[in-house]
Amino acid sequence: MRIIRFLLQKEFLQIFRNKAMLPIIFVIPVVQLLVLSFAATYELKEAKFALIDRDQSIASRELVSKLQATGYFILQSEFTSEVEAKIQLEKGEVSFIVEIPRDFQQLLSNNKATSIQLVIDAVDGSVANLINSYVNSIVRDYSATKAVNINVAGLQNIEQFSVKKISTQAINWYNPNLDYITYMVPGILVILVSMIGLFLSGMNIVREREIGTIEQLNVTPITKFQFMVGKLVPFWMIGMFDLLLGLALARFGFQIPFLGSLTTILIIAGIYLVLIQVLGLFISTITDTQQQAMFIAWFIMVVFILMGGLFTPIESMPMWAQKLTLANPIAYFIKIMRMVLLKGAGWKEVYEMVLIISVVAAGLLAVSVNRYKKTSG
Amino acid sequence: MSLVSLNNVSKSFDKVQAVSNVTLQVNAGELYGFIGPDGAGKTTLFRMLTTLLVPDEGTCSVLGLDIVGEYKKIRPKLGYMPGRFSLYQDLTVEENMQFFASVFNTTIEENYELVKPIYSQLEPFKKRFAGNLSGGMKQKLALSCALIHKPDLLLLDEPTTGVDAVSRKEFWEMLAMLKQEGITIIVSTPYMDEAEQCDRVALIDNGQIMRIDSPKNVISSFKDALYGIKHSSKYSLITALREYPYAKSVQPFGEFVHYTDQRDELPLSELLNFLKSKNLEDVEIESIQPNIEDVFMELMEEQNHE
Repeated sequence: MRIIRFLLQKEFLQIFRNKAMLPIIFVIPVVQLLVLSFAATYELKEAKFALIDRDQSIASRELVSKLQATGYFILQSEFTSEVEAKIQLEKGEVSFIVEIPRDFQQLLSNNKATSIQLVIDAVDGSVANLINSYVNSIVRDYSATKAVNINVAGLQNIEQFSVKKISTQAINWYNPNLDYITYMVPGILVILVSMIGLFLSGMNIVREREIGTIEQLNVTPITKFQFMVGKLVPFWMIGMFDLLLGLALARFGFQIPFLGSLTTILIIAGIYLVLIQVLGLFISTITDTQQQAMFIAWFIMVVFILMGGLFTPIESMPMWAQKLTLANPIAYFIKIMRMVLLKGAGWKEVYEMVLIISVVAAGLLAVSVNRYKKTSG
Repeated sequence: MSLVSLNNVSKSFDKVQAVSNVTLQVNAGELYGFIGPDGAGKTTLFRMLTTLLVPDEGTCSVLGLDIVGEYKKIRPKLGYMPGRFSLYQDLTVEENMQFFASVFNTTIEENYELVKPIYSQLEPFKKRFAGNLSGGMKQKLALSCALIHKPDLLLLDEPTTGVDAVSRKEFWEMLAMLKQEGITIIVSTPYMDEAEQCDRVALIDNGQIMRIDSPKNVISSFKDALYGIKHSSKYSLITALREYPYAKSVQPFGEFVHYTDQRDELPLSELLNFLKSKNLEDVEIESIQPNIEDVFMELMEEQNHE
């Protein structure tokens, strides 16, 4: 215990003496939460469109002003021919074209069904989907007021739909306003602690090898266990501190709901951080320089993040990719964070995932400790 | 009593035989030198003595304990100074000392008397980061840190490599002083002139021990008459001497060329005439005392001829 205390003392002395370390500890969580939460959003804002209004009637203008009134769409330009509108679409100056047929108002006033055409730039598939569904719901609302059916004809995929007698009404649970930030912040917190855990602790061990101090340490009575505790605990504490900082920012800055218990989150985060740190430890046993370790850590991190369900839902991945995410600790922790924070899940709902994290952490620890012995003699 | 004993120890890395069949004993209280060029296997021997490396063959015991089975008992009694400066550059002189004292379960105060002659020179800089010290200072700090727990055996792997001449001299004075304290010291060095400060030396090349003896005996084993020859163009002098039919060995040594002859008596005028015929005028020749390096070169030549 005495030796561990001295090791920790030395480690903290070095960490706080490192000029880059304080900004890393305090700036990274703030920047990640503030910038990523606002910037990484799928919400549609101010998509520009071109209009071909062949009817030039009160009804057609009414529909166009409804589209604009939502704030999602801005009327960029009006054309009389399809060709000109398409040029603008190709140039990327507008995201979609709305075409209203000549007999639009007439058919409406005769209580007959009519259609409008929507041509969407679908290079970015998710944006195209959003535009499609937003326009559809606006048109649906409008046709409901007219008590007639207006069909929206998409270019690639002609969807016919009309107001039915039975309508479905969706209610969003847990995140009623579909607030993107509420959805993102718990995930970003996970990325934050993962980065601290994986990079800093693994790097620190390789550093001892790179500058040769490990040779001197190995000839002292310090045991492997003491050495590792001395290396892992400081960054575990920093990771937990950053998580608390991030949670505070999420709660009081972003007004993210806190339905579950903070204790549950902290206990699971503690276990999760050990797993991530052990992964860093493992990387340090297979590398000789910080550069190598950094590269491998980044590679693993990018794969974990992209397949972690933060940006793209795991459910929409192909089956083989979904199977792969079973080995992705970030995916588990993001899921746990969202469940506990947003749904108020307790131990009963998450214990299986926590068990998996703990077992993987223990297994990886055994392997790394074993490998560490071999490399240092 | 032998404090360190290696019996037929061999170690190879992949295809390179770093140490082959080494047997040697170091007595308590001795200042023992491993002398040999870079790549001779000195560091491999050190890594085995420090229990960091397990030999492929043979046995090795340090302080009467086996380095494989009982390494945990050996480590607290060793003071080790690796060839590369391996203290924390981002800790101060004092913090480094305190750290190494504490991991050996002691304090600076407890063994202050032992390190005082060395550490006192560093004390004015004790708030300075180790990374900002000069080469000689770093070496003194490393020695202080290796000594702070009063080890029974001090292992110094090329402590003077890359250190200036004055600091080197000081360093050897410190070692002599530590020897007075009864600490057994094993030191390796590629500098042959330092070998003469040791009680005994092992001349090592190519992972093999060529000779173990006191420096005095090593030197006296050199039987040939040795001449130092000097000329402004050293290169043409060496080439010319190597062409001289009676030449036994021709080795460059600083500004001189060390020369031995195959005959018992060297007719100086004949050699001078020969050199003159090679357009070498104003050649200085003097009879000189051999040193360890001469013996080393001779042994290396013999080994190569075998």
